[in-house]
Amino acid sequence: MSTCPQYIVDYMHEYLDGDISREHEQQLKKHLQDCSDCQQHMHQLSDTIAFVKSAAHITAPPNFEEQVMKRLPKPKQRLGVQKWLRRHPIIVAAAVFLFFMSATLLNNYPNDEFSVTKQPNLVVDGQTVIVPEGEVVKGDIVVKNGDLVIEGEVDGNVTVINGQYMASTAVVTGQIEEIDETFEWLWYEMKRMANDFMALFE
Amino acid sequence: MDALLNKRIKQVLKGDQNAFTDVVTLYQHKLYQLCYRMLGNKQEAEDIAQEAFVRAYINLHSYDQKRKFSTWLYRIATNLCIDRIRKKKPDYYLDAEVPGTDGLDMYSHIAATDQLPEDAVEQMDLQDRIQYEISRLPDKYRSVIVLKYIEELSLQEISEILDMPLGTVKTRIHRGREALRKQLNNL
Repeated sequence: MSTCPQYIVDYMHEYLDGDISREHEQQLKKHLQDCSDCQQHMHQLSDTIAFVKSAAHITAPPNFEEQVMKRLPKPKQRLGVQKWLRRHPIIVAAAVFLFFMSATLLNNYPNDEFSVTKQPNLVVDGQTVIVPEGEVVKGDIVVKNGDLVIEGEVDGNVTVINGQYMASTAVVTGQIEEIDETFEWLWYEMKRMANDFMALFE
Repeated sequence: MDALLNKRIKQVLKGDQNAFTDVVTLYQHKLYQLCYRMLGNKQEAEDIAQEAFVRAYINLHSYDQKRKFSTWLYRIATNLCIDRIRKKKPDYYLDAEVPGTDGLDMYSHIAATDQLPEDAVEQMDLQDRIQYEISRLPDKYRSVIVLKYIEELSLQEISEILDMPLGTVKTRIHRGREALRKQLNNL
């Protein structure tokens, strides 16, 4: 058989695949009649196929479906939510933006708690902050939910949120602001953010 | 059958998970058989066949409904089987000495387990023997031979499942047949 051309074996496989041309088939048949080695090769190939094909049909175990259904991921709703999110990217972007915006704003929203900027020589009496006579406070003062009485001097800005500012002989070098309502407070916050932002470039 | 299948697929895509049961029912035996013939082990075959259905469920939105569903499903399962076979193979070093043996390394160990002695093979019953011979084929021939002669798919379908040109599929089937022929006649 070693003397037989390789194309004879190729023809055998073409034949077994069922896509041999008539011409090749005739050549193959002619060769097989003369060559017992190739005949044997052909037989062995056919036997091999018959051997594999005699494999029994295998069926899945009885509870197979059940097992598959158990393994499926549960979250039908989550899938729906994901789909919706994918379809509406702009709404999602807007929602995310609003969320973070409101978070920062609400964080700073004046709640009922009293608070004051820490400065070394301020006197706090209940909800009233006093700058004592003769003292000089260096820096800004912000008072939330409380009153501010200035008897001494402030070398900086003064801001009072939800409270009263009282000064008789006060000396304040910076600006004085009183904020009572939400809108004003918002405006103040925005100005503050803008100022902080500008400060980055200075 | 195709009409029912398409209906079920649409239902699943709309979120009706239970509609998937019919899809599993329809293909469970074919897929399990494929995995069993590829892996030669019942537990692994069950695990991989189940995994194939789970993957099909998760990725159902990417299935192109103009094409044949079974081809797509077979492709998932075949890829999982081939991955599993490759992962299983080299988890030890061939040069490492086998503990408890005197100078025997993994090469001799493999030769001993891979090919059973002649008389043991001859005493196997036909079905065991078939599985044994299939499992001795290199995996690239094993997949085409199993798809062609066990699952009885056309060459065109096999080429789509394995995502390779028809010519390559033919070459592999030819070589697979020759390899099997040699295995069977070497005894």
